[in-house]
Amino acid sequence: MEHFVDLIGITKTFGRELILDNINLYIDKNEFVTLLGPSGCGKTTTLRIIGGFEQPTSGELRMDGENMLSVPPHKRKVNTVFQKYALFPNMNVRDNIAFSLNLKKEKTAVIDKKIKNMLRLVNLDGYEKRTTTSLSGGQQQRVAIARALISEPKLLLLDEPLGALDLKLRLDMQLELKNIQKELGITFVYVTHDQGEALSMSDTIVVMNAGKILQIGKPKDIYDEPKNAFVAKFIGESNLTDGTMLSDFAVNFAGMDFECVDKGFEPNQAIDIVIRPEDIVITSPADGKLRGVVKNVTFKGVHYEMLVDAHGFLWKIHSTVLSPEGTEVGLTIAPDLIHVMKRDESSIA
Amino acid sequence: MRVALLKRIFVYPYGLWLFIFIVAPLLIIVWFSFGGTDFTLYHYARFFSPLYEGQPFFQRIYIAVLMRSIYLAVISTVICFVLGYPLAYALAKFYSHKSFLLFLFLVPLWMNFLLRTYAWLTILEQNGVLNAFLGVFGLPATDLLFTDMAVVIGMVYNFLPFMVLPIYTVLRDMDKSIVEAAQDLGANKVQVFLKIVFPLSVPGVISGVTMVFMPGVTTFVISNLLGGGQFILVGNLIEQQFLRVGDWYFGSAMAVILMVLILFMMGLIKLFDRQPKDGRTDKTAEGGALY
Repeated sequence: MEHFVDLIGITKTFGRELILDNINLYIDKNEFVTLLGPSGCGKTTTLRIIGGFEQPTSGELRMDGENMLSVPPHKRKVNTVFQKYALFPNMNVRDNIAFSLNLKKEKTAVIDKKIKNMLRLVNLDGYEKRTTTSLSGGQQQRVAIARALISEPKLLLLDEPLGALDLKLRLDMQLELKNIQKELGITFVYVTHDQGEALSMSDTIVVMNAGKILQIGKPKDIYDEPKNAFVAKFIGESNLTDGTMLSDFAVNFAGMDFECVDKGFEPNQAIDIVIRPEDIVITSPADGKLRGVVKNVTFKGVHYEMLVDAHGFLWKIHSTVLSPEGTEVGLTIAPDLIHVMKRDESSIA
Repeated sequence: MRVALLKRIFVYPYGLWLFIFIVAPLLIIVWFSFGGTDFTLYHYARFFSPLYEGQPFFQRIYIAVLMRSIYLAVISTVICFVLGYPLAYALAKFYSHKSFLLFLFLVPLWMNFLLRTYAWLTILEQNGVLNAFLGVFGLPATDLLFTDMAVVIGMVYNFLPFMVLPIYTVLRDMDKSIVEAAQDLGANKVQVFLKIVFPLSVPGVISGVTMVFMPGVTTFVISNLLGGGQFILVGNLIEQQFLRVGDWYFGSAMAVILMVLILFMMGLIKLFDRQPKDGRTDKTAEGGALY
């Protein structure tokens, strides 16, 4: 199948520094793709290459099968929502949004109608005449989104657009963005370092670190089956330990043998183990596979977070049932919730 | 509260300086311009009065000198803008060489203003550098020294940095993502400049215009040296009244008229600055009759 956007072997160096190392990625029509990673991982550079603001050192960028690298940014059917909004301070809200239409010499009546619809879409009805400096951060970001969407791009790039907003507003805007994307049927490429944001909005998450793509997948797959320790640590909370693969479906960690669902490793191969805090079940000491003492309890709203000292390791456990500090407990883990990952020293941050 | 008090104390030394050396002299000038102890408007009237009955307003001697001063200052300001904006743009844009270019550009400022202006005497005079250079190519010699042109050259040379620097600062500090946003939305390079970059640099242009026009309209050193004294500007008139004629009353009246006129013109220029005030780009000029 023909992909909408193809990044093929994109490499970027600044001087002697390797920013992007052989990035291969395809994006389908109407997909919400999130590039997720810590700062400096190359996610923004990838976005800027798609937008045309950076040229890769080598590699190819195709859109609808056409080579895009020779096309300057103002001729790409791609629009960008910038991190700090980048509204034009010399124009009011209407003129900011109308900028691309004015360049195309659209009729004023057409522009006015489109702006009205667009302002309704981003919940800013009647804000046409306002100056950009009189708007709050959230409102400025909505104007930036409206400005980018009004010329009906095929692809919208968003560079940490919600980074400057407070938590409540950010959650509202996540929902709104997702709705806008569904409503308009536009492909979104979204850059963030916020794993919660990535998990709740994306169709596909691309986890990046140090200029490399570590894993591409649906949010649930990435959460449930992180490919390596870095992904596991970066997405969600986790208990991370090392272990040994004894044979297919049998693993040893924390000094105990466990049943698991993984196979295909060498006998006695050293591996990493990830267990999500909500996947460890607290039992009576007699019923547990591991035995330990609750060291610390923190109330987190929906659940308690308990740190249990067992077999030389501090296990982080999330449960709605409280086991007070000092209690002796047992711990069990279901075989399919033990995630076995190949050792990848280079990816451990 | 204590912090606020401390802050206020820091202002006092400069406040005192401001009062003794700027506010008080200004008041003294105004006082002199109205005749001192014997209040009169005579000195103002003298400035506007005709030599003979029915002399057209703009041909009256002092008015004509004032107009000449404004005319030469405007020409110099326009030339400074035309030369200075592209330079500032290049300095701000091609930043890899900026430190060296900027350095080259600022080196002449380390030299004394009088020396720099004297240097132009040697360049422009009959047997000067310029004519020697033209002679090499068999071109006819010019006779620029002691003309309006020489005065304008002197002003442009001396005041160009004051046009370039504020524009350079505004362009350099401009948020690059605003330019990228404009490209992203379909603007080509010319459109980006006309619709975004230039409008956003207007505060810098206004500072530059102010900082060139004000010293230009009040200069007397440049016109003395390069104009040869025969092309008198209002700055020369005022200087003469104080230093040679000794008529402080008339000199003060002329100084006040010039100040009022400059304030009025600055007000006009400010009308072009329709930017939303964010206090960031408004680097107001501090100039005056330094030269």
